[in-house]
Amino acid sequence: MQPLTSRAKAVDRKPMNLWEKMYIPAIAKGMSITFGHMFKKKPTVNYPEKKRPFSPVFRGLHVLNRDEEGRERCTACGLCAVACPAEAITMEGAERMPGEEKLYREEKYAAKYEINMLRCIFCGLCEEACPKDAIYLSETFAPANYTRKGFIYGKEELLIPNPVTQPAEFAQARGGGSEAPRG
Amino acid sequence: MHLTLLAFDWVLLLEKAVLILIIISVSLLVAMYETWGERKVAAFMQDRRGPNRAGPGGLFQPLADGLKLFMKEEIIPTNSSRLLFVLGPGLAMLTAMMTSAVVPWSSHFHLFGRDISMQIADVNIGILYIFGVVSMGVYGIMIGGWASNNKFSLLAAIRGASQIISYELAMGLAIIALLMISGSLSLRTIVEQQQVGHYYVLVQPLGFLIFLVCSFAECNRTPFDLSEADSELNMGFHLEYSSMKLGFYLFSEYVNVFISSAVMATLYFGGYDIPFVNDASLAQHWGQNPVAILQIVSLFGKVLIFIFFFMWVRWTIPRFRYDQLMKLGWHVLIPLALFNMLATGAFVLWRG
Repeated sequence: MQPLTSRAKAVDRKPMNLWEKMYIPAIAKGMSITFGHMFKKKPTVNYPEKKRPFSPVFRGLHVLNRDEEGRERCTACGLCAVACPAEAITMEGAERMPGEEKLYREEKYAAKYEINMLRCIFCGLCEEACPKDAIYLSETFAPANYTRKGFIYGKEELLIPNPVTQPAEFAQARGGGSEAPRG
Repeated sequence: MHLTLLAFDWVLLLEKAVLILIIISVSLLVAMYETWGERKVAAFMQDRRGPNRAGPGGLFQPLADGLKLFMKEEIIPTNSSRLLFVLGPGLAMLTAMMTSAVVPWSSHFHLFGRDISMQIADVNIGILYIFGVVSMGVYGIMIGGWASNNKFSLLAAIRGASQIISYELAMGLAIIALLMISGSLSLRTIVEQQQVGHYYVLVQPLGFLIFLVCSFAECNRTPFDLSEADSELNMGFHLEYSSMKLGFYLFSEYVNVFISSAVMATLYFGGYDIPFVNDASLAQHWGQNPVAILQIVSLFGKVLIFIFFFMWVRWTIPRFRYDQLMKLGWHVLIPLALFNMLATGAFVLWRG
């Protein structure tokens, strides 16, 4: 019969000869293999101490962005919610009152902005849909939680720290990724 | 009556009691760290890291495991025979511990003007004692398997019993060849002979190999772990056991490994003899006590090598099928051991 690949090997079904029946050579060979493995490099990454770097295009938890003056960029237009295939995003818009110009960049802002991380499939379509560069997918993932409620992220969890008042936290939130949100 | 009581060496009693306490706690400690070592060795052979969360290098892992076993619910099945069910693990542990009584751990210490022998009992039939106790080890498995009132357990117990009985024969025959050369059944005498001459493994390589294989079988270690065979019998004789009773069974296996390593080192690798050094002349130079400590270190080094070998084999060789096991025991090892015995006898007669 024609072998299907060049790697096909005929199985040897001859009865074992005396040397093979002693098992000892085969056992010694096996034991040398296992002993050799003791000194091999281990592919394990010691997770909590050492983390594997994310790829720059990794799509993780969402971040609601601010501009360089620390004003929220989101205008609650709802395009991200429309684009979302998993229907994970809900929001409520509100009008900016006089005196709130330091907080919100445009006349309308998101009073409530929620992403259900259990529904989210981290496809990044919200990021692509956003005309204001307000939402980004960062290089972290959602930590475990005890309740379903804990996975519904509101504005407190999503908003990036203010670059003006909290520069250290802001820098930490941005991280070292090349695709970090532009402030 | 009073005089005979007073004439009794009470200090000897105290000395032996302390020694027993030390040896039992050391064997338990070694068994504890064998569980850690086994997991580490297994991990390293499979390119993993092994336990490394509890303490530095996972060194507190055995404590965590023990705590876990103690906290678990203890279940005694309704239809089991209660007394035997409780007796099983205890018996397994007892027999595992008893063997250590005749192993000489070192020559002797000279303390408080006394020579303190580092052997609980220098019985002149030491090897026979070991055989007697090791054969009793099967009762732990048999009683546990029977009392569980579970077909898997019973099957495993029967397998274990027949396996141990079959391999004991070959083990005994391998030892007889050794005894022909040593001419003594006392383990201390055997070690002292090896200190002067050469190690018996050089004289009895075949006998050692048979003894090694048989002690794997006696300890119920892979490749002969048919009595617990997790893939076929669902943990075998300790299937119904939980909590520390299960822990006792698992622990007694590790104590067995430790003791049988010590016995192998004693019989074939010179026991507490320090290799490449004349112990007697060293004792004259340095005094008896430091040499005795070095001898303990030497014996433990040998024992550790054997324990590693036990683990190494466990993580290399798959389990035998039952018919292969019996074939190896009865068709290969016993004839080989008989041949070895005859050859040794002929050699001894020829040398005169």
